[in-house]
Formats: sequence, C-alpha cells, structure tokens
Amino acid sequence: MSNPLDLVVRQAGEWLRGTGPLHEIVISTRVRLARNVRGFAFLSRAEAETRRDIADTVSAAVRRAPLLRDFVHIDVEQLDELDRALLVERHLISRQHAEGAGARRLAFDPTEAAAIMINEEDHLRIQVMRSGLQVEEAWRQIDAIDDALEEHLDYEFHPQFGYLTACPTNVGTGIRVSVMLHLPALRLTNELEKVGQAARDMKLAVRGLHGEGTEALGDFFQVSNQITLGRSEVELIDDFRTSVIPRIVEYELAAREALLRTRPLALDDKIWRAVGALRSARLMSSNEAMQYLSHVRMGLHTGRLSVVDLQTLNELFLQIQPAHLQKLHGERLSGEQRSIERAAFIRTRLSSN
Amino acid sequence: MGLCERCKKAQATFHLTNIDRAGAKVERHLCDACAAHEGLLNSGKPTVDLNELLENFIASGKGAGADVSHLVCEECGISYVEFRNQGLLGCAHDYEVFKEPLTRLMERTHGGSATHVGKTPKSLGVVRKPQLDIRRLKRQLEEAVAGEDYERAAELRDRIRELERS
Repeated sequence: MSNPLDLVVRQAGEWLRGTGPLHEIVISTRVRLARNVRGFAFLSRAEAETRRDIADTVSAAVRRAPLLRDFVHIDVEQLDELDRALLVERHLISRQHAEGAGARRLAFDPTEAAAIMINEEDHLRIQVMRSGLQVEEAWRQIDAIDDALEEHLDYEFHPQFGYLTACPTNVGTGIRVSVMLHLPALRLTNELEKVGQAARDMKLAVRGLHGEGTEALGDFFQVSNQITLGRSEVELIDDFRTSVIPRIVEYELAAREALLRTRPLALDDKIWRAVGALRSARLMSSNEAMQYLSHVRMGLHTGRLSVVDLQTLNELFLQIQPAHLQKLHGERLSGEQRSIERAAFIRTRLSSN
Repeated sequence: MGLCERCKKAQATFHLTNIDRAGAKVERHLCDACAAHEGLLNSGKPTVDLNELLENFIASGKGAGADVSHLVCEECGISYVEFRNQGLLGCAHDYEVFKEPLTRLMERTHGGSATHVGKTPKSLGVVRKPQLDIRRLKRQLEEAVAGEDYERAAELRDRIRELERS
C-alpha cells in the first residue's frame, strides 16, 4: 500500500492555501478541544495495553461518526521519524505527539481542516484549522465534530470542573484558540510590545510558530488563550474576534503605512534583498529562508512587488522545512545537503513564477 | 548564562535568534522583564507555571497542614506529590481526591474561577450503561481469579452481569 502521506506533501493544506478574512496578516485560526474518555486512566497512568484500548475505542468512534467518514487514519506509532516530522510541519500533530511513546494515532480530514490526535496528553485532542480570522466558523465546526464523537464516546465530565483533562491548566472547556499572525512591520519598527500588551490585557499568551517553547521565526506569532475554566467558549471567541486580533491587525497595518510613508526605500530594500537572496543563494537554512519569505510576503501585501503569487509563497513556507524538503527530494538529506537542496528548490519555484 | 543585554542586571533567560538583512544570525539575550517589555515574552510550558504555583501554594501553608502532600488516589495510585512533580493527573478521580488543593490551584491558573461555564455533553443526565463500574469490576474479577478467591469472583461476576443487563 502506498504511503498516504506521500500525497499530502505536494501542496499546502486548505487552511494555508485559502484566503480567509484578514489573511494578509492573520495566517490562520486554530481551535482545539481536549477530551478524555470515561472509564480509562489518563495517559500518564495508562499501561501499554490500556493505551491501545483507548486508541481502539477512539478510532472506532471516529469511524462510526457519519460526519467523520472521510477522515484518514494514521498510526503514528508505526510511522518513521521523517513522516512524523512531516505531520508536525503541517501542524497536524504536535511535537509531543511525534516524539511520544506507545499507541498513538491521528485521524484527519483530507483537506487538513480538521484533525484528531489520539493519545497525546489527553485521550483526544481535536483541532480545526481555518485560513485567516475565522474563530466563530472554526468553533462551529469543532463543536459539531465534538458532538459527533460524543454520540459514540462517553467523555469525562465533572459537574463543577467541566471536561476533565490530564493537566488542570486545560480543564473546563478544554478549549485552546490560537491565531497565527504575520507581523513583519511591527518587528521592523520595534513595536512588538504593543502585541504583548494587547494580549496580556485579555489574559492571552504570545508564542512562536509551533506553539509552546518555540521562538518567533520569520515574524510569525501565535496568540492563544490560557484560561479554560470559568469562561465559556463563546465569550473567549468574542475576545479574539472582536477585540484582540482586530487591534493587533490595526497596529500592523499602521506600522506598514508608517514604513511606506517615512522609509519607503528602507522597506523596498528589505523586500528586494529578500527576493535577491531567494533567487540567487546556493545555500540556505530554513530559518534564513523563513525570514526572507516573510519579507517577500510583506512586499506582496504592501503592493511593493508582484513577482510571486501568494499561493506559491504559502507553499514555500511549508515545503522549505526539513521533512517536506526530504520527502519532495525522495531521500534523506544531511543538514548541508538540505541547505543546497532548499536553495535550489526555492530558485526553481521563484523563476518559474 | 549571561546577563540581560538590555538592563544588564538580571540573568538573561530569553534567547531569540534573528536573521539580519545580510543573512547573518543576530542573537538577543534578555531577562523576563525586558523580554516582556519588548513584547517578546514566551510564556513557556504551562506545567512549569503549574509547578511553581504548586510550590508557592504548599510553601504558603494553605493546604490545611501538610496533609495535602500525603493524598493518594486509590483509583490510579498517584500521590499529590507525584502530580506536583510531573504536572499531570493520573485519572479523572484525582479531581475528587485532590479537590481542595486543586480548586485553589485552578482558581489561580484560571483567573479566579474554578467553576465550569460553557458546553456540556448532550448526553449529560441521560442514563447510560455504567461502563466505568463494569471496567473496574472486571479488573477486580481478574485479580480475584488470580488470587484464587473464587467466592469473591463469583460475587463480582454476578454484579457485572447485573450491570450489563441494566
């Protein structure tokens, strides 16, 4: 049987290709729910056999739910390291899930808009990804998936504490909303503190591209909630939708306008140097490529260049990452080989554009 | 580890790598306060925050004597100390066994409230097969058989049958 993951590598998931509301600045909206199944221990206390029982119970529920009938089922435990890294790069699984041990699985919608991690920190981690700012739409979809699963699963639910989770920081609604933002101008103008302040005002956290413990790479930032108990899903979603994110988007737009008005040459220099490097370099690390692509993306959205289209650019963000690069190349590559291959890949993509 | 490059007073705990326009790596090393000031603060793993909160909590002596740290869940066998060390609970029953200290902890981590507001399972209130009890009884049955306690095994078998019929 052919590897189902060989198919996904050629293009970006729908959420990354799409052009949702405010997509120039808001890359994506992600909502996840943490759930545990009644009658089983949490995973830190689950023996190998119990882990398998949990995985079987959840997989069976996904298969039985008509809404989830098209989902692709992946046995993460059986995947090699490269395929697991590929799923992390596509945001379909977390690093923790990739690097974990024992029975653990993934079921995802072929468009990659929805995914269920089985046996991560909790028995289920359901997620929905959308292009641009679509918190409400993402919530409606994940709410429906949760309902569909609940038809076939008994969730751990406590009358006072809500949905019970392995870590008390997720208890209650079990919801985490993360909005990924592209903020190159705020970084160039040294105004990122404004983002921190806007987030802190609403008790939200700011993180790097891959969530917890990662650095802000290529001007991409994630804003996510920390409070899951005592506030409803709808209240939280309203904070993101009507207050925090529009405020940050406004700051970024103002910073872009200020750069265009006061330092257009400096801005153009950044953008065109990035184009030059991407089209000419012979060795390129993924961090370096991310930073250049970030500047090209800003150039595209401020109307300073049109040598590349958004779809190509969004695909490049994904495909220059180590696992994607190796899958596309068809074999394992050392760090230096990857640098060579990455530079060549980007040159080809940008010249035929 | 060096000092924060901004205030030059506190230990640098925040390390950021940037690529400048010449393609060179530019590293920044800041303390938490300065990173927060620049809006770069990464809040890190919640389990770290959780451990810190727990330590403070226990140190503050609010845990009704030191009894809290001796609590053990009879379902999964986890002690409050183990939870404190790893940041993860062992089973749903822990929320009852550790209810008092956990409630205080959750109030702190969730901005004051420890009462759920929001979605509830649709099935709530609907009578379902007591799967939890059946699984627990089956486990006890296996133990009884292994221990050759056939009287107890027969008793357990009957209770399981009864529950499965209901």
